[in-house]
Amino acid sequence: MEYLDFELPIKELEEQLDKCMIIGEESDVDVTETCKQIEKKLADTRKEIYKNLTAWQRVQLSRHPNRPYTLDYIKAICGDTFLELHGDRNVKDDKAMIGGLGKINDQSFMFIGQQKGYNTKTRQYRNFGMANPEGYRKALRLMKSAEKFQVPVVCFIDTPGAYPGIEAEERGQGEAIARNILEMTRLKVPIIVVIIGEGASGGALGIGVGDKVLMLENTWYSVISPESCSSILWRSWEYKERAAEALKLTATDMKKLKLIDEIVREPAGGAHANREKTFETVKNKIASHFEQLQKLSPKELVNQRMEKYAQMGVFNG
Amino acid sequence: MTAWFKRKEKGIQTSTEEKKDTPKGLWYKSPTGKIVESEDLAKNFYVSPEDDYHVRIGSKEYFEILFDNNKFTELDAKLTSKDPLKFEDTKKYAERLKAAQKKTGLKDAVRTGYGKSLGKDLVVCCMDFKFIGGSMGSVVGEKIARGIDYAIKKKVPFMMISKSGGARMMEAALSLMQLAKTSAKLAQLSEAGLPYISLCTDPTTGGTTASYAMLGDINIAEPGALIGFAGPRIVKDTTGKELPEGFQSSEFLLEHGFLDFISHRKDLKRKINLYIDLIQNNPVRKEA
Repeated sequence: MEYLDFELPIKELEEQLDKCMIIGEESDVDVTETCKQIEKKLADTRKEIYKNLTAWQRVQLSRHPNRPYTLDYIKAICGDTFLELHGDRNVKDDKAMIGGLGKINDQSFMFIGQQKGYNTKTRQYRNFGMANPEGYRKALRLMKSAEKFQVPVVCFIDTPGAYPGIEAEERGQGEAIARNILEMTRLKVPIIVVIIGEGASGGALGIGVGDKVLMLENTWYSVISPESCSSILWRSWEYKERAAEALKLTATDMKKLKLIDEIVREPAGGAHANREKTFETVKNKIASHFEQLQKLSPKELVNQRMEKYAQMGVFNG
Repeated sequence: MTAWFKRKEKGIQTSTEEKKDTPKGLWYKSPTGKIVESEDLAKNFYVSPEDDYHVRIGSKEYFEILFDNNKFTELDAKLTSKDPLKFEDTKKYAERLKAAQKKTGLKDAVRTGYGKSLGKDLVVCCMDFKFIGGSMGSVVGEKIARGIDYAIKKKVPFMMISKSGGARMMEAALSLMQLAKTSAKLAQLSEAGLPYISLCTDPTTGGTTASYAMLGDINIAEPGALIGFAGPRIVKDTTGKELPEGFQSSEFLLEHGFLDFISHRKDLKRKINLYIDLIQNNPVRKEA
């Protein structure tokens, strides 16, 4: 397990607990009571730390190297019913954007999401979860296919942004994202969006328009990453913590601003601390939201979605 | 060496009739030089167990793989080609057709089967490469069109197995227009909301890729198949450039976004039916 800077007290206590248990095993000293005390302290410390996370700490958690990624969720949720589909039928199969069909209980869903890697090799292979235009076009192709067969869509968002490369611009990164946003507003099947990690700007919204948009507790979603914001507005990377606060990018802030629909609680210590529980929670959330959305006709669904986005924005007059 | 080992008479004395010979077709040699017994090959979905080489097979074998207990009804089995242009190259087209029919026991380069796959109805049109290179003329176009009509009528999914060198030159523009005819039918299938699975096998080139082979709700392929519009030799001669490694292979097409996945032949039946169950929102069937 890897620890973030603010998690160090937890790391220390966990090490103390390990040592205590070893002493108990290797000698006759009764350590039951001591262990219990440390365990309690650990639980309290964990609670205390996670109760008062700053925006920046949540950004750090959203990028935790042990955090589950899109394919982890899909495979845990669908088991062997998942059938991955590839390609934009145009230029390339984008490894940073994955998709395919799978079942939750007896219901089929089209799953789409950005995919990150878990070590240096796979991070490069997945382009750090930064999709190219072909990734967005692959996503759209799968959405249109789902619409054709009345299969609901689930999008998992976890990206530091759409890939800012020369070829990406040549092939129309902006156009690809724009097209997706437009088509998603009028797609005739339910769309459930779950932000499971980083939700950076257009790269996230390119698969992020939905009837229900959920954010996991320790994720962020905004128009720019705190680092880039700091660099542009403060002209230095040093102000990322302040930028994170200022951007109001946490799930709580986003809910207050009525830009997302629901916050999904994570296990104590974050999604990675108890992956199975996280998968189960997300699976149940998708199933229950679909249950409600399914009652609407395609027309009602689209009208309601369009109305929701029409309401967004704050202004005078 | 001792004398008893020495040949007494020079040359081979056995008469031709007495010569022992291995019957033809008992063994198969894959391109990497692996030797497989034909019986083992058939049991292994006509894939060399040594190197996973997918041997070129025809409609008979694909139907056997896909339809439960090899039970199916063949549709439009009697359609045969005419020679409307009185075409003649090194041989008369009419004669070429006759020779192909005699050699292969087939009527033309595609056959349509209707039957159950994992217990559910499916229409499969499958091309035969050994019939004039799996070329697409009026008969191929018409049989595919009728196969699609049948799928629409019965409300069942449609699968196309392509294995073709392209359009049939001996039917010239009549052949070309089969691209439009089959594509129009696929548009109707799509309007009817029925799934279309396109399987590209070795080789899928020319007119087939410029029509039905690339129009599936999912396009899938067998490993290592040659798939492309212009054949590799033509591309090389025209551009004067060396072709990249693996150019126009299934894997190349997957990387370039044209295939949904590549399936080993042993997984084919399970995977296409999994797709059908998922996209039609039905419970996932398991193999018996």
